[in-house]
Amino acid sequence: MNNNNRHLISILMENEAGALSRVANLFSARGYNIESLTVAPTDDPSLSRLTLVTSGNEQVIEQIVKQLNKLIDVVKLIDLSETDAIERELMLVKTKASGEQRAEMKRLADIFGGRILDVTDATYTIELTGDGNQLDNFLRAIEKDAILEVVRSGATGIARGQKALHV
Amino acid sequence: MELITGAEIMVRCLKEEGVEYLFGYPGGAVLHIYDALYVQDDVKHILVRHEQAALHAADGYSRACGKPGVALVTSGPGLTNAVTGIANAYMDSVPLVVFSGQVPTALIGNDAFQEVDAIGITRPCVKHNFLVRDIKNLAETIKKAFFIATTGRPGPVLIDLPKDVTIAKAEYHYPKKVKLRSYNPTIKGHAGQIRKAVDMILSAKRPMIYTGGGVILSDGSPELVELTQLLGYPITNTLMGLGAYPATDKQFIGMLGMHGTYEANMAMHECDVLIAIGARFDDRVTGKIEKFCPTARIVHVDIDPSSISKNVQVDIPIVGSVPNVLRAMISVIRDEKLKPDADALGKWWRQIDEWRGIKSLSYRQSNEVIKPQFVIQKLYEVTQGQAIITSDVGQHQMWAAQYYHFDRPRQWINSGGLGTMGFGLPAAMGAKFAFPDQDVACVTGDGSIQMMLQELATMKQYNTPVKIVNLNNGYLGMVRQWQEFFYQKRYCMTYFESLPDFVMLAEAYGHVGKRIEKPGDVEGALREAFAMKDRTVFLDFITDQTENVFPMIPSGGGQNEMLLAERDEMVSTHDEGMVLL
Ligand SMILES: Cc1cc2nc3c(=O)[nH]c(=O)nc-3n(C[C@H](O)[C@H](O)[C@H](O)COP(=O)(O)OP(=O)(O)OC[C@H]3O[C@@H](n4cnc5c(N)ncnc54)[C@H](O)[C@@H]3O)c2cc1C
Ligand SMILES: Cc1ncc(C[n+]2csc(CCOP(=O)(O)OP(=O)(O)O)c2C)c(N)n1
Ligand SMILES: [Mg+2]
Repeated sequence: MNNNNRHLISILMENEAGALSRVANLFSARGYNIESLTVAPTDDPSLSRLTLVTSGNEQVIEQIVKQLNKLIDVVKLIDLSETDAIERELMLVKTKASGEQRAEMKRLADIFGGRILDVTDATYTIELTGDGNQLDNFLRAIEKDAILEVVRSGATGIARGQKALHV
Repeated sequence: MELITGAEIMVRCLKEEGVEYLFGYPGGAVLHIYDALYVQDDVKHILVRHEQAALHAADGYSRACGKPGVALVTSGPGLTNAVTGIANAYMDSVPLVVFSGQVPTALIGNDAFQEVDAIGITRPCVKHNFLVRDIKNLAETIKKAFFIATTGRPGPVLIDLPKDVTIAKAEYHYPKKVKLRSYNPTIKGHAGQIRKAVDMILSAKRPMIYTGGGVILSDGSPELVELTQLLGYPITNTLMGLGAYPATDKQFIGMLGMHGTYEANMAMHECDVLIAIGARFDDRVTGKIEKFCPTARIVHVDIDPSSISKNVQVDIPIVGSVPNVLRAMISVIRDEKLKPDADALGKWWRQIDEWRGIKSLSYRQSNEVIKPQFVIQKLYEVTQGQAIITSDVGQHQMWAAQYYHFDRPRQWINSGGLGTMGFGLPAAMGAKFAFPDQDVACVTGDGSIQMMLQELATMKQYNTPVKIVNLNNGYLGMVRQWQEFFYQKRYCMTYFESLPDFVMLAEAYGHVGKRIEKPGDVEGALREAFAMKDRTVFLDFITDQTENVFPMIPSGGGQNEMLLAERDEMVSTHDEGMVLL
């Protein structure tokens, strides 16, 4: 029961100044763990969509969901880990790419479905999307020394099938 | 179309909300608002002497009469002074609407004179807050603030008003109603859950009703009394819930928790079905969670889903408002002519009466020195149990809760969640504004009273006669008690080597003061004080310096591990309890 499971929670909230800090504040004030957080406006400009990854046992996650719902700015939310959902994260990686490394790096990027966005004679900048595990796997696959910079967007997600989060 | 200033809009909105009193303190950022207040007398402004007191007075007013309390403070230090009062109201779920001045919008973020991030500072201790940047949104924001503060689980809402917004002009339009797509509290309980709960409640052999502040906040006392008497079950109240069920009724077995009665805590520990209503399983009540109600199945009625299964997992949660849910339960029981198990209940009551026989609230009376408990007993007699009692925080608070028997809701006003020393006096003033014709007494201590003493001046200015019952033990008694029990009597910083002459002090503020040093003089002094209907009287009772509050469940203990007066010279605590409060 005390298993700390990872949860992907997606929130529709009022697109108002301060709404994001209410969510962030809640996590720090109550000592909940927050692994990543992404936020952007939606097709309805009055709403923004915030997706966060947290972890905790069943009881903690239940409290997190209740406390989030209690925030006046939160309109609706869904725990995507409780349904069949698609999870995606964007990663940009700048790698060394000279000499023999160059071909190998290109090959690995291809295998992982990455795109090379920028090329210099000594570096590649690669774009990858996938779930967290796929991105981790790519980083493990390339040589550690070759990594110059990694930027990850944090996970976002959407339920599969008919289910949709809207007001 | 007439254009009026933001300040005028605010005052008109307050009038439309039926606000009688605005507790506040002026400053640069709110000058325009004060100018708008000057030219009207529908909303009466009460000038306190410290912003914290404005909040506590608004809070006491609200707790006494049920209407939202309203306060106004200036930017910067005005707002920071108010924060304790806001947090206090937040912890006890009191509906307040607080206006704070702010520097002009163009200067926000520039470290302007008397600028603080009011929204950021108050975010963790308000139900919600708003920064109004555009005068067009002002009236609607005020409507939303009152709506949010007073519905669902009540709480304080802050509106931060930049000075330019109070000066700008707009048409006045106050919406009759607001709807928020993101806020819609559940009032009516789920019928299926209520049905299940009734079955569980009636299947009980050793039932226990445990109720809290939610019953008072929702004015659910009539429904609670009806249900409790229909069932014939024993009932206990939290510190915040006292008065929701008449304390003098035989089914009431006293307050529960750290300083609750033996019978209430034992019955909690031994019950097989616990019916929790508008109470939040606070650590002062549960003691060590693992030892809490070990044999009980639990029904929990609360309007706030996050109160349910937060500290203790419950079996049947019901989200809804107390009066609605209890009325539904009563209908099911009456319609189906359901009856509790009379035999089991008889046996259970015999057990409870045995626990009652321990008389856990007895204390050793003295002819030499005034016992604090005795003062409260006499206060109860002299006021015939009818006064509104506010209190500060400490031992005196617990004695007031234990020895004054509250028979009606909103009669007992104290700071439970935050435990704010200084709350009592301004809260008493607020209560007196709500009910000028009722006796109001503030039970306080020599430490607490000094935290908001300046309000004696406000009370003189507005003539709000309150009787101050100071249980003067010369110590920060509650902390001293812990040092006696858990720190081998190392009384570090709990003894006041210097105390003011409270009698002279009361007189300096234009009130009546009296020092009482002998047990034989207690009753007479109280009678005399309450006979002076139009005067604030400061009664300085010099009490036993070594008296302790019993019963007591030491931190980390279970509900059945109470220390009782006399018996326990001791005291040790569980090691892990030492980190707890
Ligand atoms: C020195 C000191 C000692 C203390 N010792 C004790 C002690 O011995 N015993 C004790 O009980 N307390 C004690 N307290 C108080 C304690 O800290 C808590 O404040 C108190 O126990 C909480 O009371 P409550 O559970 O009634 O909750 P409240 O804080 O009153 O909360 C009310 C609950 O009701 C719910 N509610 C609100 N409106 C509604 C509605 N319309 N319908 C349904 N539910 C609603 C809310 O969501 C919330 O869950 C002490 C405090 C101090 C300062
Ligand atoms: C603002 C604030 N500071 C500190 C405390 C911690 N505290 C709790 S009770 C208490 C002692 C109160 O002393 P007094 O008012 O004399 O009451 P007594 O316990 O002696 O009856 C203290 C310091 C508090 N509750 N509030
Ligand atoms: Mg004292």
